[in-house]
Amino acid sequence: MDAIVVEELRKRYKDVQALDGVSFAVREGEVFGLLGPNGAGKSTAVRTLATLTQPDSGRALVAGEDVVRNANRVRSLIGYVSQDSGVDWEATGRENLLLQGRIQGLAGAPLRRRVDELLELVGLAEAADRIARGYSGGMKRRLDIAIGLVHRPRVLFLDEPTTGLDPEARAAMWVEVERLAAQESLTILLTTHYLEEADRLAERVAIVSHGKIVVEGTPEELKANLRGELVTVELVDLDGRLGEAVQIVAGLDGASEVAGDGRLVRARVPNGAQAIPTILSTLDGRGFDVASVTTARPSLDDVYLHYTGRDFATEDEAGKR
Amino acid sequence: MKLLRHTGWMVVRQLRNLIREPIWVALMVIQPLIWLLLYGQLFSRVGALRGGAGSYVEFLAPGIICMNAFFGGSWSGMAMIMDLDRHVIDRFLAAPVSRFAIILSQVVRAGLIAVLQATLLLLIGLALGVRVHGGVLGWLVVFAASALLAMAFAGLSHGIALLVRKQASMIAAANFVGLPLMFLSAILIPPRQMPHWIEVLSRFNPVNWGVQAARNAVVVGGDWGPTGVFLLLLLAATAVTSLFATWCFRAYQRSI
Repeated sequence: MDAIVVEELRKRYKDVQALDGVSFAVREGEVFGLLGPNGAGKSTAVRTLATLTQPDSGRALVAGEDVVRNANRVRSLIGYVSQDSGVDWEATGRENLLLQGRIQGLAGAPLRRRVDELLELVGLAEAADRIARGYSGGMKRRLDIAIGLVHRPRVLFLDEPTTGLDPEARAAMWVEVERLAAQESLTILLTTHYLEEADRLAERVAIVSHGKIVVEGTPEELKANLRGELVTVELVDLDGRLGEAVQIVAGLDGASEVAGDGRLVRARVPNGAQAIPTILSTLDGRGFDVASVTTARPSLDDVYLHYTGRDFATEDEAGKR
Repeated sequence: MKLLRHTGWMVVRQLRNLIREPIWVALMVIQPLIWLLLYGQLFSRVGALRGGAGSYVEFLAPGIICMNAFFGGSWSGMAMIMDLDRHVIDRFLAAPVSRFAIILSQVVRAGLIAVLQATLLLLIGLALGVRVHGGVLGWLVVFAASALLAMAFAGLSHGIALLVRKQASMIAAANFVGLPLMFLSAILIPPRQMPHWIEVLSRFNPVNWGVQAARNAVVVGGDWGPTGVFLLLLLAATAVTSLFATWCFRAYQRSI
């Protein structure tokens, strides 16, 4: 059975179509990643699935229950870790967990045991009785996850679990999520705008752009669809000749998907090491000044570029505004 | 039952978090005392303002108790803004907690604090020569009036908090509602000394319902019939504003 089924979800805020017909399914026990830049609609999708907000149209089932019609059933079957920490700053870590557990219907000794177990699991046992205001960002995030898990949910939503964390805390969080994923019964839907995060954690990924799912598959499948390597050439003193440079590169043998972006020309070639000398000498012969050349094996960045025709980092910046 | 349990847990959370901010607790104690002592001195020589009480302070004490209660209620929505900013509310809304319990706990918290402050003010008042002419029943009426006033305005305040969701807008709204209602009431002067049009308007002012009830209890020590009506009106207002605030969760959820 699928743990999450989403059919044609649409949701519009005043002037933004946040969800524009989103459909996907997540298998039970799977870690599924919604990957996309800021403002793509990932968080709206998760908030809808977590019953925080309602779609304008479409249907979604979580653990077999309709998120609109049986919202309260869904709420006891899911753990929701929002993009922004939901920790009560004035309470201790333990108090945060106890309250959430009570709301979820736990009580007495089983609740206390479960809370101890979770504090241990997320490495907050020693800090358990300190006020959460003094926790670091990473500690608050780990407490968030413990809060989401207190009632042993069937589905866990992790909305941008590592945004705002320093690299060390991010690495620790990845280990945490991998450990949770190892529990067979738990389905995890995670959203991220870090490509390497989706690549590392998610068994399957759906790329979201402008409220739509652009492509879906395992990270390997998505990358395998892109043959060859990506070459990026950085030019200086262009004087508006970017179009010309793109044409030159596109005319070379084996180059495909050539695109210009600012001072950069990108192209896909079967073999980077062979192609670079030709590219360099041809551009040089036509009077272009090359600042740098890089090649890369296909990453999810490239997958994004390939399927949306847009650069991930640029979109991400634009989405923040 | 579930509603009461959830409300109970949430009230415990509110009060526990409050006690952890000693500066707030200190302000909650000191501020009403300043009102009582300051206004008590300011108008103490104006005999016409006593409204039949033995001293201006005796006349003023129930008024200040009510002013304090309704100010406390009006500002209580700041706690909701804080919870919204910290995304604690989102976490609750994604869990099977009763929305009404979230509101009710805030409303009850405002009422409890108002009663504590009323007790303190009455005790200080006794030291300044105030007599509660209504006896034990009088004390209870003062507590009921202050609790209900705080609760009625807490409901309104939380509704507004969920609609505006910003601290600055919340402050503006609380001032916009609070100050006119204070001056359209008998908090500082007896109705007989008001301009006629203010006296007429004040009859429809919930703040004034509380003030009249508390003053009947302290100064008059009687008129229990009208007093009961005032308290019932405040109870109805509490129900209406609490339901309004609960309904405002929909507006909030539509915005996220």
